[in-house]
Amino acid sequence: MDLSSLIRKSENEWWISPVGDMGVPGVIYASERLVRDMDEKVREQVSNVATLPGIQRASYAMPDAHWGYGFPIGGVAAFDPQEGGIVSAGGVGFDISCGVRALHTGLSFDEVRAVKGQLATALSRSVPAGVGSHGRIHLDEAELDAMLSGGAQWAVTRGFGFKADLDVTEERGCMPDARPDWVSARARRRQQDEMGTLGSGNHYLEVQRVVEIFDTAAAHAFGLQQDDMLVSIHCGSRGLGHQIGTEFLKEMAVAEPSLGIAIPDRELACAPVESELGQRYLGAMRAGINCALANRQIITHLVRQAFADVLPVARLTLLYDVSHNTCKLEEHRCGRVLKPLFVHRKGATRALGPGHPDLPPAFRDTGQPVLIGGTMGTASYVLVGTKDGERLSFSSSCHGAGRAMSRHEALRRWKGRQVIDELAARGIVVRSPSPRGVAEEAPGAYKDVGAVVDAADHAGLSRKVARLEPLICVKG
Amino acid sequence: MRRCRPFVPITVPSRASSPPDVAPTDESPAEGATASWEHFSHDADIGLVGIGPTKAEAFRQAALALTAVVTDPALVRSVTAVSVVCRAGSDEILLVDWLNALVYEMAVRSILFGEFNVEIADGELRATAWGELVDQGRHEPAVEVKGATLTALRVAPVAGGGWRAQCVVDV
Repeated sequence: MDLSSLIRKSENEWWISPVGDMGVPGVIYASERLVRDMDEKVREQVSNVATLPGIQRASYAMPDAHWGYGFPIGGVAAFDPQEGGIVSAGGVGFDISCGVRALHTGLSFDEVRAVKGQLATALSRSVPAGVGSHGRIHLDEAELDAMLSGGAQWAVTRGFGFKADLDVTEERGCMPDARPDWVSARARRRQQDEMGTLGSGNHYLEVQRVVEIFDTAAAHAFGLQQDDMLVSIHCGSRGLGHQIGTEFLKEMAVAEPSLGIAIPDRELACAPVESELGQRYLGAMRAGINCALANRQIITHLVRQAFADVLPVARLTLLYDVSHNTCKLEEHRCGRVLKPLFVHRKGATRALGPGHPDLPPAFRDTGQPVLIGGTMGTASYVLVGTKDGERLSFSSSCHGAGRAMSRHEALRRWKGRQVIDELAARGIVVRSPSPRGVAEEAPGAYKDVGAVVDAADHAGLSRKVARLEPLICVKG
Repeated sequence: MRRCRPFVPITVPSRASSPPDVAPTDESPAEGATASWEHFSHDADIGLVGIGPTKAEAFRQAALALTAVVTDPALVRSVTAVSVVCRAGSDEILLVDWLNALVYEMAVRSILFGEFNVEIADGELRATAWGELVDQGRHEPAVEVKGATLTALRVAPVAGGGWRAQCVVDV
């Protein structure tokens, strides 16, 4: 990105002055190096989002922002329905409520290392992954409705996990006001056999080791110590979310002329929150969030089963579950006024600071665990939400490393077998049905996740707590 | 940009020259556009392009480009046929609908498609897609396509004749 078009406010904060139809400025939180590496499209998309009706404070981009569709990935924007604010299917994305959950295992590094091959195989057999894979759970229409209304709470009532899991899941595992009746037959059909599946692409299931603690107090509150072993699960709402996104993106684009909203690019297709289409999308999207929460809960159950077979001494307790493709109604301060706003986070993680009433009691004094996925060869991070985050970015932070190159370029540079062997030499076991998929997800195809979390930390969006390195990685 | 060899070589009939500003119709094959598909870079996702002497051929090539996101289309055998019908108010939305119809069929049938027959008339696309069940060992499917987006969406005649149909798909 050309830095001359930006105003540098601080080391990690860059502003785009409002011009033309921009109702608010654009704000990019990133180091100079990260901003330079961003595509010019990010600036364009941040600016375009700033033109949408009812936008509040600013159109934000997180340190891992990259070119998306309409909204940048890593984009955050909040809209006031009282000012004609909108909701956008593109501003949430296709993989509704894609997110990360992390589990303690209660195991030491040595305990896991001794059986890592056996454990990797057990996990890959327990959790279906990859294109064409199916879950072992088939949902009929009534169960689909119950799942779409109840999310992870539904999953727990069906025996997939424990009530304690819900205490440390966003929305306590159930997004309210979901409308399964606004989820199409095609979306339902896509999900009937996909519950408890990991998916493909950048989704993963990893066993990770805590290799560095940055914030001892927060780590203590999160139950993290050096050399602890965790399990991280990254996936979303599977086919149901994809279909909801597909259908509403098109419906909003086709309806645009009749909605009276002037948008600079049809990719920004949206509808007023208060419109029939806007309400219908919100109801369906919330059902998609519940699908993702239920899916990660079922996968948690499958992971527990795999551990029980290989390491029965393990006790897998949930650290936290966060989503990073959502639109949620939240109260935020705009000037002196506290307003209910529809906050879009597309490839961005909610990061509530200490004292926030929506936090589970265990984290109320500390702030929310923010789980940042890395690559199968580098690192993931646990961060914590800050007080300043509300003022800076509607309590939002980054969500991952972000790709540094296209899938084709990655395929040109690496072979899947080569990546698997190189990681094995470093002690990391990879299990995937697709060597090509592994090549496309090679660690070198991603940006430096360390630089991303450093920028989030230095900008004040969230604070580093712990660094995790993978020991086992199951990919689709 | 990744460019494939034409999946099925097209012999383009010679024709009388037509004014360059006149868009070729679907019924009038044009010179200058050998049937082919391409992928283009998009940060996290993949752009795909279908090129052909007719709009229908460009859509067919775009479908091959869609399969190529997942696997090599040449690895897919024509075992099962699936019919697809789409209707839209514009060529561009028709392309999105066509690709999304294939994404849907691939998802619910656990199938990959390797060959297509496409006809377009009066804003309606009628197609047959041939393919087979996903074989993770043989196909090495890299990634699921979540859906076709409106990003870089364009269906238009190309200079020198023929059609180009393109958009970014979310993976």
